[in-house]
Amino acid sequence: MPIKTEPTIINLGPQHPSTHGVFRLRVSFDGEKVINVEPVFGYLHRGTEKLAEERTFTQIVTLTDRLDYESSMTNNLAYVEAVELLANVSVPERAQYLRVLVSELQRIASHLIFTGFFLQELGVFGTLLMYCFRERENVLDLFEMLCGARITVSYMRPGGVTQDAPPEFWKNLDDLLNKLPQLLDDLENLITDNEIVLARTKNIGILSPQKAIDSSVTGPILRASGIEWDIRKANPYEAYDKMDFNIPTGSNGDCFDRYLVRIKEIRESINIIKQCIKSIPKKGPIKNSEVPFFLRPESGEVYSSIESPRGELGFYLVSDGGIAPYRCKIRSPSFINLTVLKPLLIGWKMSDLVVIFGSLAVNMGEVDR
Amino acid sequence: MTQDYIFGFNTLYNFFFEIITNTINSTIVSWILPNFSFNPGWIAYILSALTISFLIFNAALMGAAVYTWFERRIMAKFQGRYGPNRWGPFGLLQPIADGIKSITKEDIIPTGADRVVFTIAPIVMMIPGLLVFAFIPGHINSMLGKINVGIAFVFGVTGMNTIAVIMAGWASRNKYAMFGAMRSAAMLITYEVPMALAIAGVILLSGSMSFNGIIEAQKIPFIVTQPIAFLVYMICATAEMSRAPFDMIEAESELGGGYHTEYSGMKFAILQISEFMAPIVQSALCVVLFLGGFNGPDFIPGILWISLKIVLVLFILLWTRSTWPRLRVDQIMELAWKYLLPLALLNILLIATEMTIFDITQSTSLWIMGIINWATILFILAFLSLFKNFNKKTVQQKY
Amino acid sequence: MFGFGLLKALWVTIKNFILPSRFNAYQYPDRKLDPVSLAQKEQKNFFLFILQSPIKVLKSLMGLISNKEYVPRNPRFRGQDFKWYIERCTGCASCAKYCPLGIIEIQTSSSHDRVTEGEKYNIDVFDIDIGRCMFCGLCVEACPYDALHMGSGFEEATYSRNNLIINVETLKSAPKKPSTWFRPQLEAQGYNPQKDKEVPWNEVGRHVTLNKTEQGNRWIRKS
Repeated sequence: MPIKTEPTIINLGPQHPSTHGVFRLRVSFDGEKVINVEPVFGYLHRGTEKLAEERTFTQIVTLTDRLDYESSMTNNLAYVEAVELLANVSVPERAQYLRVLVSELQRIASHLIFTGFFLQELGVFGTLLMYCFRERENVLDLFEMLCGARITVSYMRPGGVTQDAPPEFWKNLDDLLNKLPQLLDDLENLITDNEIVLARTKNIGILSPQKAIDSSVTGPILRASGIEWDIRKANPYEAYDKMDFNIPTGSNGDCFDRYLVRIKEIRESINIIKQCIKSIPKKGPIKNSEVPFFLRPESGEVYSSIESPRGELGFYLVSDGGIAPYRCKIRSPSFINLTVLKPLLIGWKMSDLVVIFGSLAVNMGEVDR
Repeated sequence: MTQDYIFGFNTLYNFFFEIITNTINSTIVSWILPNFSFNPGWIAYILSALTISFLIFNAALMGAAVYTWFERRIMAKFQGRYGPNRWGPFGLLQPIADGIKSITKEDIIPTGADRVVFTIAPIVMMIPGLLVFAFIPGHINSMLGKINVGIAFVFGVTGMNTIAVIMAGWASRNKYAMFGAMRSAAMLITYEVPMALAIAGVILLSGSMSFNGIIEAQKIPFIVTQPIAFLVYMICATAEMSRAPFDMIEAESELGGGYHTEYSGMKFAILQISEFMAPIVQSALCVVLFLGGFNGPDFIPGILWISLKIVLVLFILLWTRSTWPRLRVDQIMELAWKYLLPLALLNILLIATEMTIFDITQSTSLWIMGIINWATILFILAFLSLFKNFNKKTVQQKY
Repeated sequence: MFGFGLLKALWVTIKNFILPSRFNAYQYPDRKLDPVSLAQKEQKNFFLFILQSPIKVLKSLMGLISNKEYVPRNPRFRGQDFKWYIERCTGCASCAKYCPLGIIEIQTSSSHDRVTEGEKYNIDVFDIDIGRCMFCGLCVEACPYDALHMGSGFEEATYSRNNLIINVETLKSAPKKPSTWFRPQLEAQGYNPQKDKEVPWNEVGRHVTLNKTEQGNRWIRKS
């Protein structure tokens, strides 16, 4: 007579060290093997989309800071892009370059967080996390210099940016850019050839290119599967059409590739920032002075998206001619990227579950909005 | 009753025996019970045993407490932080503050937990570490307990750890704890095998199972003559104390603490202390078995030599802990059965053949042995690098 | 060779362990002083210092002596404790209108004071609910007369939420050290709110203060 066995059901989360916020996974285990996954989210729902309907177009900028709190600058940029398209506002050239610069800095900071937590989930308790946070701190210092806040920046406004960079900003930026490649070499020495890391991440959680496209995954995860798709190249916004950069892609689509793509993207970002510093107009307005605070775009609808560190971040705005949008829908990359989670996880071990979920790098602030 | 230890059970026994015969027997006892023939032997026996256990207990606790501070400072330095620095000079009083905190904390026993087992588990966890402490020789003439099958005893005792972890995990009535306990049952038992086989090489070469005998046999430390055994032993020791890269029992990022998820207050503190005692015990064993114990130039006393070596081994353990990620469950098992066990067997084979060929009493032949063994281990590593296909077999599906 | 990557990783961490340039942590909010640095701080010879004040040495060995450390912030830091100049405020309530959360409440009453350009208003209520404020700085951006400024404090926790509401009196009595967020005129002076002195009301404006004749030239119609 066969022994009757039942799957163990474990609630990973909402409070769990490696769920990146308040996320719950209801996992059925057969021993250590995952046989079913049921993601539960909504614990961090703050109703951003509904709140946006009661705010003026400028005030919504402060709400977007709180979406993906690891990359506020790109959130600001995505929203402001949509408003500018809706109200047909032009942006001064210096502001465009500043926007590109800060969003690339934000990409570096966000990817550094990813790398740190990736190793944390693999089991290095804190070491790499601290190294990455040490360097991210420099980026945040730059943001503080620029706009007075480190995380909730609210830096951009429809038609430009709030303030010009102070002179010491450029000096510190140069210092950071000189220091960063050395850190990246350190990271690569620590991770890329490490046999244990390879054993834990190579060929784990493979996402095939076709499936990635089918489930509309974007960002580094899509690129790790080998598809060269980047909105910065495909549909250049701001000053990206004047920049010269590559799109790093992975070959295998496994967890290791997702890490490697991000590290390469940091190098590309440094490259873009250097070009920005070279070609930014030395003087000029940083904000279109014709844009009023209470902006009243003509009634219509618009969808505009940018490449945030996590993927395609899009804003769909409907205006009825008033001071607030009639509807504001956010296409958040983390939320869409979560759709591949269940099929990716099934069949792997518990330790792999943590690594695969970590390699997707979702941010719960953005998933629940 | 030979006086072969400076400080040890027999010395204490004689000390108490003399005191009792000189003072108590002559005056008080004879006055109260004039016809009672008094034998001070058993009283002296109990007194000396109590003294020794008191000493060991406190020394072990102090060692563990200082080690928590050491570990936190060193790990912090590796991570570019300060570590504890608020209490006392360089934060040295931090363990005391932690102790006060754990005592004043509420002691929670979860609903539906097996109360008895839940309470006993920390004690069972603590005992093996304390027992092993008694047999670590500080100097040729100073050890608290002395038995001639030291290694066998230590192995028998440290095996109890597994039982304690399973008790703690099962009694907690928590699935995370149960996962941790099941993993530990699999892992700790598995790693006993290659560890014992690695030490078999040491016993072969030294011809003794007592710690003193092994240390005396190390004219050249065994790390030179048997690197394979050292490597296997170190890997198994890290696994036994469940430290990174084999810390899947606790696995912060997966299980959130493993078997001690539900523990709090003083029970948690006891679990932690016994967990922090394990590295000290294992590195002391490593020093005794492979690094020549208290041997060293004479200008420093032996007890300091052995402490220095223990600190060095602990530092290396912390270094690896803060650098390497954790392996997966099946990979850890694979490592033990597919790599470490054959390596340990190979080591025994090599040592045995070399012992028949060479004259092991001469140091030159020992050096030659060492060279051969180091060449073997380098060859094995180079051979392994041909098979760098990670997870090719474990690819279960491709979504 | 197998295991080489592991050794490389070990090399990176030991480099971070040894090199002081990789150590990058601030002590918050104070720094513990060891006897040597204590003697340095009191500008005495170390051995003399031990002889003269052994109690202090003991205390510092026990970790009881600490040094308040300056937490570096940038002058643009948007922090708590709004700076408000009553002399500049007209009670227009632009800040209340621009605030995304609606946490600023302003009530004015007629003062019956006729000044040249209109009536001056008394500002009776100026409440800012700091407990809900998110320090976005939109109110400061909105102020047409540069009366409201961000502050640069950040550790002002209290036991009650009521204490977090700033009223007119607190605003009036607070030290006038405005942040340079959205105030290019202050930035042009090189002002740093953490180090420099208070700024009087007539120096914070973006407009140039005119003397009598200049005012006359501007306002008196010349035909």
